[in-house]
Amino acid sequence: MQNPYLPYPVRIDQIITETEDKNLKTFKFVFLNPQDEAKYAYKAGQFGELSIPGKGEIPIGIASSPVEKGFVMFTVNKAGLVTNHLHNMKVGDVMGIRGPLGNWYPWEKLEGKNILIVGGGFAFTTLRSSIVYMLDPANRSKFGTIDVVYGARSPGMLLYKQELIEWEKRDDINMHITVDRTDDPDWKYNVGFVPPITEQKAPQGDENTYAIVCGPPIMIKFTQPVLEKLGYAHDHIIMSLENRMKCGFGMCGRCNIGKEFVCKDGPVFTLDQINMTPREY
Amino acid sequence: MKVLKIDKKDWAGGIQKAHKAYRLYGPVQVKDKGFSEFQALGPDAMPDMTATDTRLSPKSIAFPPQEVMMVFTTDENSELCNQMQVPQKDYAPRAIIGIRPYDAAAFLLVKKNFDTPEYRDPYWCDAYEACTFIGLAVNTPSALDFSTSTKSGPFDENGLDVLLVDTGNHYLAKILTDKGAAFAKSAAWETEAGAAGEKQIAELKASAEKQIRATVAFDNIQRQSIMSLYEADFWEEVAFACINCGTCTYVCPTCWCFDIQDETHAKCGKRMKTWDSCMYPLFTIHTTGHNPRGTKVQRVRQRFMHKLKYFLDKYEDGIMCVGCGRCIRSCPVNIDIRKVCDIMNSYSAGADTCALKK
Repeated sequence: MQNPYLPYPVRIDQIITETEDKNLKTFKFVFLNPQDEAKYAYKAGQFGELSIPGKGEIPIGIASSPVEKGFVMFTVNKAGLVTNHLHNMKVGDVMGIRGPLGNWYPWEKLEGKNILIVGGGFAFTTLRSSIVYMLDPANRSKFGTIDVVYGARSPGMLLYKQELIEWEKRDDINMHITVDRTDDPDWKYNVGFVPPITEQKAPQGDENTYAIVCGPPIMIKFTQPVLEKLGYAHDHIIMSLENRMKCGFGMCGRCNIGKEFVCKDGPVFTLDQINMTPREY
Repeated sequence: MKVLKIDKKDWAGGIQKAHKAYRLYGPVQVKDKGFSEFQALGPDAMPDMTATDTRLSPKSIAFPPQEVMMVFTTDENSELCNQMQVPQKDYAPRAIIGIRPYDAAAFLLVKKNFDTPEYRDPYWCDAYEACTFIGLAVNTPSALDFSTSTKSGPFDENGLDVLLVDTGNHYLAKILTDKGAAFAKSAAWETEAGAAGEKQIAELKASAEKQIRATVAFDNIQRQSIMSLYEADFWEEVAFACINCGTCTYVCPTCWCFDIQDETHAKCGKRMKTWDSCMYPLFTIHTTGHNPRGTKVQRVRQRFMHKLKYFLDKYEDGIMCVGCGRCIRSCPVNIDIRKVCDIMNSYSAGADTCALKK
């Protein structure tokens, strides 16, 4: 078994500034040793540890999709020591990534089902990975309808804008993009918080429809009653949790909610499962 | 299983011989401090077999308080710039002489965390596998010892390769594994004690177990739900005196939580694994400032729930405590895990509420 603490060396291949506040950047990494890419085979919903020697590590959801080859991609909010340093790094710089870590959205169970994706702010990363995965020609027929409610504070704060526009044009995915507010007269999408837009646009919940929800705590708090009202059972509401992490594979002891480790047994849990654990996240 | 007899006159000679094949660890009196610690023994040093107990457990032999996991350079002229390298480690055979049975049992509990079907911590596992455990039975258990309640006990053989029993003028050495036999051979322990030896061990064992008065029970904890115990009304009271010093987690042989920290000096750096503690707010704080266990009560509850409930439910193999009593002895405010376990085990309001809800 390989040393799980040892990062794969990667080179920064591309840096994209995603948002108008410049606080969110997407980093595309290429493995220095090409054989490492196969070892990094992941599923949408998993995360990795970005590892900067001398600074530390940070657990971040994988934003690229298993159907995209040749690179892995992470979108990072500038917040603490490691992410501040990362935001100052350049294309060509070498660092490390570990993973893939944690579980994933339950793709085996989701086959043949209708999918509602609800995302807010910069928690859209693994949701982007999921959408790209489902829309792949090899996979699209495996799923029923796909609805996406995605909101940010303003148009300039939306991630992956180019892709959002392309998805808007497709007829095999129903996009419901929204912003909290905008003074842009040409804004042709929704205005309003994610929970009310979900209430207006999302399909009714039933046995064959699953909701995947990722966003800031305040969004989750107000989205939950909306989904319940729409008829989503708690075992049909899938969420991805965050906690402070170090090792990322269930050994260092800090990210537990009850007997589950968010890093290893999660980060993906159904609301049903979360209801049975202490909410220490 | 052979029992050998070692005359105490020959003890030092045997240890000297074993020095040639093993790096030896054993209890050593710390000068002017009035306590003993497990230390690597120098070529002429002998383990202090009279030490009643060490202040810290010997967990650090496989889980050092600070351990270098990887090294790196940030020198851009180096072709290995920013690439982590695992340094050469010495996993030559080591033997822990005089480890108490409850401390050996603790290694087996900690192994559940570091050696899993999916992931293996190579630092802990390689060190553990390099170890031969030469245990020393506890003839006179301390008043704080409750190891018989925790699937261990003063003469328990779990996790040991050899069990030594002090009978006054000599030691009886019960050889438990091939590793143990190899150690006995290297120390030239050869004289068989025969059936008389077995009988003497059995008598001393019965006498030692009888001296243990303290017990804990967790049968009812097992039946309760996690949420019922988590939401119980006694945690404020349990945590009231706690000053969150973390001593209990450092002295505990089964506490394994750790932190990962980078240290750099000029362009050379190392990534370290260091002991951490659930008693500290920094253990769980998010970058945003949000802290899921931001209060003392939450942290104290985490420690006891982890040891006495989460672990119990997760592995269905007992609690994460071997009953050594160190946390009780070292706690500056007299928090007693036996009492907490009793409070948790006697709690029933949660069960009733659940029954009513249904």
